[in-house]
Amino acid sequence: MLETTALPRKATLSPPLDTRYQVETPEGIDLPLRPAGLMVRALAFSIDLALRGLILGLLFIVLAMLGKLGAGLGSLLIFGVSWWYMVLFEVLNQGRSPGKQWMGLQVVQDDGTPVGWSASLLRNLLRFVDLLPFGYFLGAISCLQHPGFKRLGDVAAGTLVIYREQPLTRPQLPPAEPRRPAFALSLSEQRAILGFAERQGELSAARVNELASILAQPLQVPAPHAVAELNGIARGLLGPA
Amino acid sequence: MKQSLFEHRHMAEWEQFSLTLQRLERDRKATGVGEFPADYRRLCQHLALARERGYSSFLIDSLQQQVLRGHQQLYRHRSRLGANVLAFILAGFPRLVREQWRFVLAASLMFFASLIGMALLVYLFPDLVYNLIPAEQVSEIQSMYDPNAGHLGRSAERAASEDWVMFGYYIMHNIGIAFQTFASGLLFGLGSAFFLFFNGLMIGAVAGHLTHIGFGQTFWSFVIGHGAFELTAIALAGAAGLQLGWALIAPGRLPRSEALRLAARKSVQLICGVMLLLLIAAFIEAYWSSMTAPAPMIKYLVGAALWLLVAGYLLFAGRVRHAPE
Repeated sequence: MLETTALPRKATLSPPLDTRYQVETPEGIDLPLRPAGLMVRALAFSIDLALRGLILGLLFIVLAMLGKLGAGLGSLLIFGVSWWYMVLFEVLNQGRSPGKQWMGLQVVQDDGTPVGWSASLLRNLLRFVDLLPFGYFLGAISCLQHPGFKRLGDVAAGTLVIYREQPLTRPQLPPAEPRRPAFALSLSEQRAILGFAERQGELSAARVNELASILAQPLQVPAPHAVAELNGIARGLLGPA
Repeated sequence: MKQSLFEHRHMAEWEQFSLTLQRLERDRKATGVGEFPADYRRLCQHLALARERGYSSFLIDSLQQQVLRGHQQLYRHRSRLGANVLAFILAGFPRLVREQWRFVLAASLMFFASLIGMALLVYLFPDLVYNLIPAEQVSEIQSMYDPNAGHLGRSAERAASEDWVMFGYYIMHNIGIAFQTFASGLLFGLGSAFFLFFNGLMIGAVAGHLTHIGFGQTFWSFVIGHGAFELTAIALAGAAGLQLGWALIAPGRLPRSEALRLAARKSVQLICGVMLLLLIAAFIEAYWSSMTAPAPMIKYLVGAALWLLVAGYLLFAGRVRHAPE
């Protein structure tokens, strides 16, 4: 999650390596959203499809007992479930149909705000074109070539399917004596050292040593002490030193 | 300022903000959130500071999440459709139709011209109908409108208690067709044009054929009432689809995706109006058109009145701006 925040003025942004989609808010903040790719969306759709089949199947069993009235209700239900299932869930459940909920996805507008009635209706009506000529062919092609993984319906409606933000837990920093670095750190170096300390719990000891030893020479410490030195600097950046 | 001091100083504020956020997310009309915009902007400033000072990823990411949630609450899109349905029905929809008159005209020409043309052709050259519709389907349709059958509609032995069944069927079938006609407009308008022509030709062929074999009375008195709403709605759905296609063909000075987005925003409103028309049509079709008691003359008169009503509504409603009630 490293990003160069303070770029020198007029520096050209290098094209990002990841697929994050930046939304600039009126407050001048760049909010990164993480668009969801084809596979996870296809999975979410399959879940929704299965669920819809299940709902219809159950309802038809009930309606079959009602006779003629049931047949009329049945047509209304097919219509409702096939055209409105997605719209209702997306608008009323914060952009999440059950399948999307399961896969941790969410539909939002291009500017990161919750999806509204008209946008949701539009993206789901145009699903008909995405399905053409068979099995989401156009939708898949559009999704694969678009930087935000949008299918045609998303392009027209101005919506985006993103990964929902998961709540963060505060990482435990390894214990170390806070110390000042021997030389001034640039902003990205500072972020890198903090990132190294915060993510240490997720790495194996060997990997931690390997990463730290790269910096042993510039830090002017023997390689085995590099980890402690880096942790110390991270501690020093966070709190009093 | 070191990160721990920064966190220590603002932690209480952030927790307060997150509580407000939870309340807003649970209930859109939550009260006592007057401070929310100011708090949100302060949080944005904190995020900017945290990034600028190179604080740790954990702090920046969690601030970012809070800002995103705040952004979603503060800049929530107000849906203009849901807010004032009545204003949309009384004025907004006909105004929109008139504003998009080029597409409406084009779609109506495609649909009604092919319908009338095909009806005339089949009436003059009756064998033509079998080129378009398979023979068994023709005889099926024929049996539906047989003047001796007594009941009208899609099935010959239909009873009044089945009106409800047909209502459901008409809604599903017709709105489905309208949605297809609209959505396929995304293929540079070709899909909409196809469905307009196709439906026009089919309906025209059936009309011409039934008139030719002398079932005209039952057929026309059945369709004239709801046709006013149904056929207009299909033409309007086609117009909305053509609008999408045209945005792709001639985007003007905008990028194609942007032009499409703007056109789509208008056309989805048209589609909402179309759904309304089709709902009325299904209602009339199930409960009025299927009645066999009224004399055909009465049905024609009511049908003509409905056509005039639709035309008058689309042409004149909402021309005068009333003071807001």
